[in-house]
Amino acid sequence: MARFEAGGAVRVKRAFPRGHCRTPYYIRGKQGVIERVCGAFPNPEELAYGFDGEPKRVLYRVRFPQSEVWPDYSGPRQDLIELEIYEHWLEPA
Amino acid sequence: MSGPTSEYEIMSRAMQELLEEKGVITAEQVRRRMEQFDEEFPARGSRVIAHAWADPAFRKRLLEDGKAACAEWGLDLEAERLIAVENTPEVHNVIVCTLCSCYPRALLGMPPTWYKSENYRKRVVREPRAVLKEFGTVLPGHVTVRVHDSNADMRYVVVPMRPACTDGWSEEQLAEILTRDTLVGVTLPQARAP
Repeated sequence: MARFEAGGAVRVKRAFPRGHCRTPYYIRGKQGVIERVCGAFPNPEELAYGFDGEPKRVLYRVRFPQSEVWPDYSGPRQDLIELEIYEHWLEPA
Repeated sequence: MSGPTSEYEIMSRAMQELLEEKGVITAEQVRRRMEQFDEEFPARGSRVIAHAWADPAFRKRLLEDGKAACAEWGLDLEAERLIAVENTPEVHNVIVCTLCSCYPRALLGMPPTWYKSENYRKRVVREPRAVLKEFGTVLPGHVTVRVHDSNADMRYVVVPMRPACTDGWSEEQLAEILTRDTLVGVTLPQARAP
């Protein structure tokens, strides 16, 4: 079951766990909107160390305005950036 | 290749030798795989998108579920899950993987060197319009630039806008202007009237 649905406002956790993860530093702490639910996938943070990746985690496409991600963004205000974020990295905003 | 053999290269060779020794893979399979990445896969993307240009119903299915549409058309993308993103007069899409070099390999072959470079990966998320300009792509201010960081399990391909002067072109002709760079979103298809 996906905790969030398309259109929902979310914030990426501002966390710095050790080890492998697929959440780039630049997006941590930023607020965006769910663009789509991609489905559940083995957790890469477990797979990286030879575990089976279970339980699977729901993966989302999250859309952010560039001006939210980079306060000094010089392009037009409507420009966007989208990333794939696992559910355990997201909280409601 | 020149210079001393890297540790990764030694490790990868040792791994291949072990797998061959144990009968898991053969040298012929490895050779065939490399050939696919070099010769067969790079042309697939252009053909799929040319077909999407020519067939609106296929285009719709491709945008809904890239992998399923490719499978239906006879292209097996193996483990890759594909999201096709459409350029419109209002939106331009561009793809990057900031964490490493995730790329739709089963569709476009191996990623080009610039795609893997730190320069591209760092800058295209932060100043996409400046990077696009370096590729000769200047977009009007009213267009939304939509950057896709391919940072986890999905792979992306751009469906560019079809140039107006290509009416009546065959899919083979269309595929020729759908270069790799247009499918990553750093350039736009260039068409001259035949």
